[in-house]
Amino acid sequence: MISFLSHLVNGLSLGSVYAIIALGYSMVYGIAKMLNFAHGDVIMVGGYISFCAALYWGMPPVISVLVAMVVCTVLGVVIERLAYKPLRAASSLAVLITAIGMSYFLQNMAQLIWGANPKSFPSVVSIPSISLFNGQLLISGETIVTVLANIIIMTALTLFTGKTKMGRAMRAVAEDKGAAELMGINVNATISLTFAIGSALAAIAGVLLCSAYPTLMPTTGSMPGIKAFTAAVFGGIGSIPGAFVGGILLGVIEILGKAYVSTELGDAFVFAVLIVVLLVKPTGLLGKKVHEKV
Amino acid sequence: MSQYKRKSDTKMVPVPSMAIVPERDIDKAPVLEARHLGIEFGGLKAVDDFNLIIGKTEIAGLIGPNGAGKTTVFNLLTKVYQPTHGTVLLNGKDTHGMNTVQANKAGIARTFQNIRLFNNMTVEDNVRIGLHNQVRYGMFSGIFRLPAYWMQEKKQHEKALDLLSIFDMQDMAGVKAGSLPYGAQRRLEIVRALATNPSLLLLDEPAAGMNPHETEELMENIIKIRDQFQIAVLLIEHDMNLVMGICEGICVLNYGRIIAKGTADEIQNNPVVIEAYLGKQKEA
Amino acid sequence: MKISKKFRSNLITYALVILAFVICQIAIEGIIPGFKMTRSLKGQLVPICVYIVMAVSLNLTVGISGELSLGHAGFMSVGAFSGIIMSSWLLGAFQFENETLRLLIAMITGGVMAGIAGVLIGIPVLRLRGDYLAIVTLAFGEIIRNVLNCLYFSLDGGRLYVSFNNPDIPGKLLLNGPTGATGVGKIATFTMGFVLILFTLFVVLNLINSRSGRAIMAIRDNRIAAESMGINVTKYKMMAFVVSAALAGMAGALYGLNYSTVTATKFRFDTSILVLVFVVLGGIGNIRGSIIAATVLTILPEVLRAFSDYRMLVYAIVLIVVMLATNSPLLGNLKNKLRSSKLVTRFFPLKEEAAIKEGDEK
Repeated sequence: MISFLSHLVNGLSLGSVYAIIALGYSMVYGIAKMLNFAHGDVIMVGGYISFCAALYWGMPPVISVLVAMVVCTVLGVVIERLAYKPLRAASSLAVLITAIGMSYFLQNMAQLIWGANPKSFPSVVSIPSISLFNGQLLISGETIVTVLANIIIMTALTLFTGKTKMGRAMRAVAEDKGAAELMGINVNATISLTFAIGSALAAIAGVLLCSAYPTLMPTTGSMPGIKAFTAAVFGGIGSIPGAFVGGILLGVIEILGKAYVSTELGDAFVFAVLIVVLLVKPTGLLGKKVHEKV
Repeated sequence: MSQYKRKSDTKMVPVPSMAIVPERDIDKAPVLEARHLGIEFGGLKAVDDFNLIIGKTEIAGLIGPNGAGKTTVFNLLTKVYQPTHGTVLLNGKDTHGMNTVQANKAGIARTFQNIRLFNNMTVEDNVRIGLHNQVRYGMFSGIFRLPAYWMQEKKQHEKALDLLSIFDMQDMAGVKAGSLPYGAQRRLEIVRALATNPSLLLLDEPAAGMNPHETEELMENIIKIRDQFQIAVLLIEHDMNLVMGICEGICVLNYGRIIAKGTADEIQNNPVVIEAYLGKQKEA
Repeated sequence: MKISKKFRSNLITYALVILAFVICQIAIEGIIPGFKMTRSLKGQLVPICVYIVMAVSLNLTVGISGELSLGHAGFMSVGAFSGIIMSSWLLGAFQFENETLRLLIAMITGGVMAGIAGVLIGIPVLRLRGDYLAIVTLAFGEIIRNVLNCLYFSLDGGRLYVSFNNPDIPGKLLLNGPTGATGVGKIATFTMGFVLILFTLFVVLNLINSRSGRAIMAIRDNRIAAESMGINVTKYKMMAFVVSAALAGMAGALYGLNYSTVTATKFRFDTSILVLVFVVLGGIGNIRGSIIAATVLTILPEVLRAFSDYRMLVYAIVLIVVMLATNSPLLGNLKNKLRSSKLVTRFFPLKEEAAIKEGDEK
């Protein structure tokens, strides 16, 4: 029972990281209608920047996270402007391939700068672990921070998209770019803002991911990126609570699958659940149904 | 079939037709019979209690203001939507539970309001898709070029050109459908639908975007098609010259319900119809 | 006239492949002095054939059928491992020495097994559309890889043993879970690769120009219209998907039998993406383009070896620049200039050709 709880806590922690990435992924997909394959690599960049800021430039952990967020935000906006904006009218496949190219680019750039060898990432969290049931169940400081960060981010995003003018603009652009533009919304600025938010979230996710799983290398972001996208689809893409629920569920399923079924099959388990969900509910757990007009 | 008492008001053809066809007698064997047809989208009745009988070789019109539910009726008849109420009988056969493919095989073919051609395929290949179910050879004959392939391909090619010649389009056979002018695209859609060998042809705004001359030609061609292929035609159209000119029976739809049925003359003088189109006249 | 145009285009494709094969043979034999293939390039010949077949078969799904698949490497891995097991079994149990025939049977087995996998995966996947379909094919590719990591096959006195997640089976292990298949005989040949390319072209080009192929393309162009013309959408989508999977399986078997060790990590989704890049750069729906792109892009990293550290970076930049150059409206003028050169348009397809829904059956 205790071991189950311990796995569950680990699952929540991993799931929260997925959820934070998925929130960014989902917002970007919702507004730009593109699979941003490079999103996972922005996570990796965030990890490296925070790593360098803390280790080489001697910054305190919190500042290093902020630096990573700023760098990733700029990176995200620059990527969007340079690579995706010119392709706004192009086929989705062309954008996908460009995103893949961007992903290769970031990975190889990181390899040139920081080398291919994995770096041991020092945790940015200094909160002590909580010990429950006479020390049988240990909840690490990283887990607490990750779960809290996830809840705060989710709430903030929900409020932002629901209550603010920019958030409304974002939803309008996601629904219909042309109509939004006619209503006087600056579509380009709104899309840039979405990429900025998504990339800043990716930076946070990168730091939290590396704090919990402290190996950092150029390919660190790619698998979590794919899983986070899976989480976003799982929960219903474009939906903020969907990304939250999808991320958490995916993390828990992965950890429990690895613990009780097979370590080798952990990922297979995650993807199998995704497939089942999509077959039962083709737009994800919290996604909206779209009718096709004939 | 006998358990339903046929309502006399579902008949569409109150006058003898110019094209005299003996089996036209709609009481014996209508091509299409829709009874109390209806569909709801989330509580909204898009089409409600739609009753219609179309006889063999009849040209019928379905008119009504925008948003009246005309295309929805087409989608119900072709099973793009499954009706929530009522029945559709095609040549006396209940179409309940059929999907779009089966409805087509049962003898119903259509064109689309927003043209849906296979744009990257040639004109001839578009027609060949219509002929798909009349050609019988499988994947392996196709890949390994067995005799069946050569024989059937030749037959298909000839038939496709034959059909295209209705609209004098055989010279365009090798052109990509997407690059055709608008009017030709509409005509190609009709040919493609005809190729599936239907007994009822549904035309969704066939004259939209055509100039008066083209519309004139289209009217002649619809009659020609009906006479040559001995099929019934149901068309949605906003061009009243076309509707009043060739439709033997007209059905007027408003807010998803039939408000009037009859011949062109009857419809033109029907106050309910005039009101639906022009709004209620103010009392002087 | 139309048929002859298509026919001519197909003939050019076949001729191109045969010509390339003859030139390669001359270079291998060193018939012309000074014109001899380097060792490293010679080592790339079979992989090039494999990637050509992968690209052409994926083009059937992506370009002709219009479904974005990100799990093509999964079918390749099914073909690779079933081909290896078949080959080892034939050798171990029947002392089947003839390598060419063994390779052929292994490839057919790989094709059949991958085709079966295609049916099983196609049933759920083809109900979905667009990006959802893409993510699910990706998921299936990863599931296949994970499952293969847990599979153990062994041969003991002519009997084949299988187990899941348990390496404790009698005899010599043919497939050893995460360590993959080791001690495989390297029996793949360039000639067989060439034959496989010809076979793939024969199947794909003939399929496209037949009743079934037209139905597949009609569904791609307009699913609703195809349905109302009486075309069974599921059947034809499935046909394209399964044929594509089976061809990928045959390529996989050839690939697997070209190395002494094969692990499932070789078939990660990166490989699926790589093949997709070939298809897109060669032109969606353009079979000849796929062949050229697969060849050039497989050789390119070899040629860029001089840049060693920078070659993948250059590859990434080339990819982005090509996509921007061919799809961006800002570069429209440049595009029009490019359009005038037929060779360039063939190689870097313009936006109209690149659109997934607007493939061309060249």
